[in-house]
Amino acid sequence: MRTVFKTSYDADINYFRHGAQATWYMLLLAIALILPFLMGTFWIGEMTNMLIWAIAGMGLMILVGQTGQASLGHAAFLAIGCYANVLLQLKLGLPFLLSFPLAGVIAGLAGALIAMPMTKLHGIYLAIGTLAISILTDDLIVIAEPLTNGVVGLFAPTIDILGLQFDRYATPDRFYWMVLFVAVAVVLVYRNILRSPLGRAFAAVRDSEVSAQAMGVNVARTKALSFGISTAITGLAGALMGHFAGIFNNETFNIIISIQLLLMIVIGGLGSIHGAFFGAIVVALLPQAIAISRDLISGFVGGGTVAIPGLESAIFGAMLIGFILFEPMGIYGRWLKIRTYFELFPFYRKDMFRRQKSYLKTERMR
Amino acid sequence: MSLLEIDNVTLRFGGVVAVNQVSFSVEEGEVFALVGPNGAGKSTVFNLISRIYEPVEGDIRFDGDSLLRHPPHDIAKLGIARTFQNIELFEQATVLQNLLVGRHRHRKSNFISELLFTPSVREGERRHRAAVEKVIDFLDLQAYRDKYIAGLPYGVRKVVEMGRALAIEPRLLLLDEPASGLSVEETQDVAFWIEDIKKQMGVTVLMVEHDMHLVSAVSDRVLALADGKVLSLGTAQEVQNDPKVIEAYIGGSDEPEREVA
Ligand SMILES: Nc1ncnc2c1ncn2[C@@H]1O[C@H](COP(=O)(O)OP(=O)(O)OP(=O)(O)O)[C@@H](O)[C@H]1O
Ligand SMILES: [Mg+2]
Repeated sequence: MRTVFKTSYDADINYFRHGAQATWYMLLLAIALILPFLMGTFWIGEMTNMLIWAIAGMGLMILVGQTGQASLGHAAFLAIGCYANVLLQLKLGLPFLLSFPLAGVIAGLAGALIAMPMTKLHGIYLAIGTLAISILTDDLIVIAEPLTNGVVGLFAPTIDILGLQFDRYATPDRFYWMVLFVAVAVVLVYRNILRSPLGRAFAAVRDSEVSAQAMGVNVARTKALSFGISTAITGLAGALMGHFAGIFNNETFNIIISIQLLLMIVIGGLGSIHGAFFGAIVVALLPQAIAISRDLISGFVGGGTVAIPGLESAIFGAMLIGFILFEPMGIYGRWLKIRTYFELFPFYRKDMFRRQKSYLKTERMR
Repeated sequence: MSLLEIDNVTLRFGGVVAVNQVSFSVEEGEVFALVGPNGAGKSTVFNLISRIYEPVEGDIRFDGDSLLRHPPHDIAKLGIARTFQNIELFEQATVLQNLLVGRHRHRKSNFISELLFTPSVREGERRHRAAVEKVIDFLDLQAYRDKYIAGLPYGVRKVVEMGRALAIEPRLLLLDEPASGLSVEETQDVAFWIEDIKKQMGVTVLMVEHDMHLVSAVSDRVLALADGKVLSLGTAQEVQNDPKVIEAYIGGSDEPEREVA
């Protein structure tokens, strides 16, 4: 195991804890950057999709993993970001460079405003409340037909940044790089949250509202802020999804997407940026993995391929149950264990990550 | 003027009068102990000061300013810090992060500058860290700095919670049973710390405690409560010898007279 000798407080404040860690992430970024030279168009599209899901996942993670508030309505903010971005371009003629950040701001403000009356709700009630937002948004898109074109949907125009075209089909590599840029920016902002008073206020609200309050944290305001930042990032992901899909309508961002997003970050591992990315890898690549294994199996057994409807959701659901039962910390938790195993080899103990039982809180506040 | 004035405060939970027309005041610089049998209303007094509960009558003033005009999250900003009887730490965070939350009152940056982590935010983080390190040194928590609360033994959690309250740099520190569940040695540490908090840091301490050895050792004045009412006020010696207090412990409570010498 690596022992880090910290020589200044900055060692705990900086992005990376030690040089080797920085090297690994730089290497990862370098690989991500040259990916278009290594992969074909199809797989670059899949990677782009994965990154967009990761951005959306990070948005939800700030709320669920960092602040401990459930949301089953985040597809609504994907929709708000997506529609705002495209409508600002189509109706007001704004360039993408303006409409994109504005879409984030609009989704963020919407999230913070909606959160205000909801900050008093907890657990299942909050989940139901946010679920209602998702349903409502679906209906609102249909009702606001003159603007949104209802169930027919809208086309996302090709992105033009200072004369450069970014299109999923015409220039997939460039589109990928743009999404990668946004993803990296969101990671940096996320890290900034974690290392500043804001992130600690989120964690305080997540772990104990009474004592957060006793520390001077305005719980309602902090929750609303978390909602706002979370939905702003989700809105940005929605805007990218719109451009990636090319055409979208009220159905594009239905409740299933909300649920899928939540399951994704649970499977990935709640409370970490890694978790959002691991979850996104599962969500984005699962359909391909299923297709490939189906081909393999039918090649083996012979006979034609049978498409099984709902197979994807079933596997996804089974994975979720598996993780909740055997690895509540998600893929990231498993990854930490495997890493520690190799770092400490042969001294790893099975109970190393077992948490001490918390004390009963039946007597809270007394 | 006293630092904290509890002025004729009453609070009911349904039929139970948890705090019944209680008045007392805590002077700046003293260690003031609240004692009394289980269910006497001691923690409820703390929760009233923290503004978790709204009294049905009476007033609570801190430095002459009525706390009832302030929302709960203002209390720390006014300079009142507290611990909880059943430890309310941030479980999924490290000791260091827990203590840093105590610095929230001293936060100068807004959320936008924090999202961008501007140089002034970094400067603030360094300052908060330096302040927290002083607390870590004071309470000897160095070995636990980067440990998650969820894995810490009970005794250490108690100390961390006290540290988090100290990180606030309060004028008044409320300690709810700081020694409950601690070993004799650990309780001795707590006694030393309370002495230092009072003498070196100049912080006023209001504490609830059942351990009368600790109470006698550190408190300047003691107030005995039973069934939400004030029974007796004086030095530890005087209160322990008050017939009304002895009666309350022997008669009214399911807990026998514990360590009342
Ligand atoms: N939230 C609540 N709801 C209803 N009743 C409560 C609540 N909090 C406290 N009580 C009641 O108020 C009374 C005083 O409780 P309190 O917790 O203040 O006692 P205490 O003096 O701190 O006792 P202990 O020494 O056991 O901590 C008790 O009868 C208790 O049952
Ligand atoms: Mg109590």
